[in-house]
Amino acid sequence: MHIIDRRLNPGGKSFANRQRFLRRARAQVRKAVREASSQRSIKDAGKGGEVSIPAGGVHEPTLRRAAQGGMRDYVLPGNKKYIEGDTIPRPEGGAGDGSRASDSGEGEDEFRFALSDEEYLDLYLEDLELPDLAKRQIAGAEALQWRQAGFSTAGPPSRLSVPRTLRHSLSRRIALKRPKAGDVQRLREEIEKLEREGGRFDDLQGLRAELEEMLRRSRRIPYIDPVDVRYRRVESTPKPIAKAVMFCLMDVSGSMNEHMKDLAKRFYSLLYLFLDRRYEHVDVVFIRHTHEAQEVDEHTFFYSRETGGTVVSTALFKMEEIVRERYPIDQWNIYAAQASDGDNTSSDNPVVLQQLRDAILPICQYYAYVEVGMDDEEEPPGGAESSTNLWRAYRRVSTDSPFAMRRVRHRRDIYPVFRELFARRPEGAEAA
Amino acid sequence: MTATAPAPKLLFSGPDWDFDLIKRVHEACGEVGIREMGLDPYPNQIEVITTEQMLDAYASTGMPLFYRHWSFGKHFARNEALYRKGYQGLAYEIVINSNPCIVYIMEENSATMQTLVIAHAGYGHSHFFKNNYVFKQWTDADGILDYLEFARGFIAKCEERYGQEQVERVIDAAHALQSHGIHRYPRKRMPDLRSEERREEERRRHGEQLFNDLWRTVPAGQKKKADKDGEARRKALLGLPEENLLYFLEKTAPRLQPWQREILRIVRLINQYFYPQRQTKVMNEGCATFAHHRIMTRLHEKGQLNDGAFLEFLHSHTSVVLQPAFDDRRYSGINPYALGFAMCADIERVCVTPTEEDREWMPDIAGNGDAYGALREIWANYRDESFISQFLSPRVMRDFGFFRVLDDEDEEDMSVAAIHDERGYRKIRRALSKRYDIAYQDPEIQIVDVDLAGDRKLILQHRVMDGIVLEEADAERVLQHAADLWGYDVKLIEVDDGGVEFAEHNASPRRVFG
Repeated sequence: MHIIDRRLNPGGKSFANRQRFLRRARAQVRKAVREASSQRSIKDAGKGGEVSIPAGGVHEPTLRRAAQGGMRDYVLPGNKKYIEGDTIPRPEGGAGDGSRASDSGEGEDEFRFALSDEEYLDLYLEDLELPDLAKRQIAGAEALQWRQAGFSTAGPPSRLSVPRTLRHSLSRRIALKRPKAGDVQRLREEIEKLEREGGRFDDLQGLRAELEEMLRRSRRIPYIDPVDVRYRRVESTPKPIAKAVMFCLMDVSGSMNEHMKDLAKRFYSLLYLFLDRRYEHVDVVFIRHTHEAQEVDEHTFFYSRETGGTVVSTALFKMEEIVRERYPIDQWNIYAAQASDGDNTSSDNPVVLQQLRDAILPICQYYAYVEVGMDDEEEPPGGAESSTNLWRAYRRVSTDSPFAMRRVRHRRDIYPVFRELFARRPEGAEAA
Repeated sequence: MTATAPAPKLLFSGPDWDFDLIKRVHEACGEVGIREMGLDPYPNQIEVITTEQMLDAYASTGMPLFYRHWSFGKHFARNEALYRKGYQGLAYEIVINSNPCIVYIMEENSATMQTLVIAHAGYGHSHFFKNNYVFKQWTDADGILDYLEFARGFIAKCEERYGQEQVERVIDAAHALQSHGIHRYPRKRMPDLRSEERREEERRRHGEQLFNDLWRTVPAGQKKKADKDGEARRKALLGLPEENLLYFLEKTAPRLQPWQREILRIVRLINQYFYPQRQTKVMNEGCATFAHHRIMTRLHEKGQLNDGAFLEFLHSHTSVVLQPAFDDRRYSGINPYALGFAMCADIERVCVTPTEEDREWMPDIAGNGDAYGALREIWANYRDESFISQFLSPRVMRDFGFFRVLDDEDEEDMSVAAIHDERGYRKIRRALSKRYDIAYQDPEIQIVDVDLAGDRKLILQHRVMDGIVLEEADAERVLQHAADLWGYDVKLIEVDDGGVEFAEHNASPRRVFG
């Protein structure tokens, strides 16, 4: 008998099968993931979890008898009161004793299983990207490209170039007149022949001396000399990468109620998740404003409370200031996302518009405005939007600029709107 | 017991185990299993695995290696979800019918459970695999792991060469048909040339003996039978009717590539390897459960297990052999462990202390005194269907409270046809035995004809029994797969023996393979 401890064997034997399964059910899993997202709390937005997909798509058909109809014959255990000849009303659903249905494991409409964080996010953030990531330049040492760059005389054995080395060796041997192995062989045979046939002693002596000389030369001139050896050289070149910064501007004034704040925060948490996962070199700057704007850290932005009046332009000025200080526009791709309930001090509106047109939009690759509203607000009939101060002002921003605005009323709208704003666009399409 | 047995003989105390202990336990179990019960198992290879690895093993039907396919990923995902939420526990062991017999045991089992598992799988199942005739006839315990290795390599190579999607389509189709990819009977060997020659010689001699020139002068009637002969000849050439659908497609489908045929063959052969397991579920589990019960009891009697360990064993043993009644929420068919164990224990009782009833029902073994011998003989020479029809005693039927219910579609209510009484025993036994007859459980489907001269339509026939037709949606989908493999139209007719046609399904190939 042998005992083998398999516990330390690499796990994840089923990984390849799982990937094949997910690929197969991709469309359905993607849908399920997106539907599940509106049910989750902000903190769990990026976590994996259980999803259920319709069983039909991953059903494996077999040839089997139908569960109903015909003449059926069951043997059941646990008789307590029946005697021969009794009748039993057919149970609801008509599935006989139910054993057939459960035996085959069919009859379920949903297939439930768990996704890991990684798989979940992959599906969740599929096909999203920052638009117009144009400015690229050489950043730190993180992105290096390795390239073949000629040959060198030193290097690790693994990079030894055999053809090069032999080429050098060959030319050196020719130049130094190293006797060829064939010549040596021929001379030897000649000497042997003379010895056998008893040739003239002088000839023999001469040939022997010649052979001696040849052997001496080949000993002195090695077949491969250290000077012949060449290695393949690789060179690293820094790769230009795109640096980007995302400004998150959020209104936290008193007019924003809990529902609106929740929507705004959900939107930003998605944005943050997306940037964090997809782009290594993206800075995120959080700015929140009431009647004055403040740059805050992530935690404060999402979790702390603040209240006051509303002056939107303060946030825009703050953003411009930060850009001037830290993000030179020739090096950085600048993005901004603003969320607000649309309330603004009316006197501030022209200022906002001017600041946006003159200072912000020219330096931005993309500017997204999300207006959060109440769930129960109804669209007024006739398509005339119940427009807020800010919405009306922003509508005057020309359509040529990289500016987009959307309205969100309910949790379930957030993800679709987010996708709309950051969907991967076909080449050459305008960001509108 | 503990009074007579000195403490040092105890195998272990407490739940912890190590490799030395496993070795000692294995020997102690062998002492009882081989010396006392006369079991004859394969040599064992015990492998310790984690929960994760157990889930992996589940997904590939217990085998240590398997080719890759999304359906295994699906099963893994389902089992994992069920397990993580606590809906489903994991098996304590998995045992593989190979030589040496591979027994997986879980690291988190207690020492008692490891003993139980070794007795159950390492002696019970292993003995059954090695000695039962169905396994001897159908499986090659020495070669299975090598074959799986080959299968996985071959399919991986195909994926590299032809793309995952192409390979997946073939495997999907093969899986859909795999329940009808089994040879149920050993095949007739193709005649070799020498015996062909001999037969031809005999036929000629026979003709010479009967030769009478007079027959030449008799006016011949119109040759009408040409058509019929042609059909018979065509069927004979193609080996029809053929119930092994995968085999037929592998050998005959006109448009398949060689690698696609090989994949069909792989799926078919692996499925054939599992065929005996389906036929012997009750006996196999009965044998293993009986073996572990006897071994554990003997170990306790000999003082090698302490009372605590024995109680722990009894607790898990009783939950394994629990048979919920039909109206219980937990009921999901007849528990093969319960039925198998009850029957084996009953046979032992009949051998040792038979009643009058037993002498009447099982005269061959009643009171012969050699229970283990009788059981070994039974384990070797029966499968579930014959085992039940021979050895299900009235006593077991009464204990289980078996009753037989007929459910006729045309009647208002279901009726109780037989219960566990004098008039019902034989009816119940026959009905139950039929439930375990694979040939009866699986729908009987055959390839009956191919229209070679016309549009090459393949014609399948389902022989409907008791008016039960095929699950329609599934049948259509499977037929679609069959059409894809065949490359031309496929028709499936459902008829019963009286010639009544119940249904007809048709499918045309979507995208031809190859």
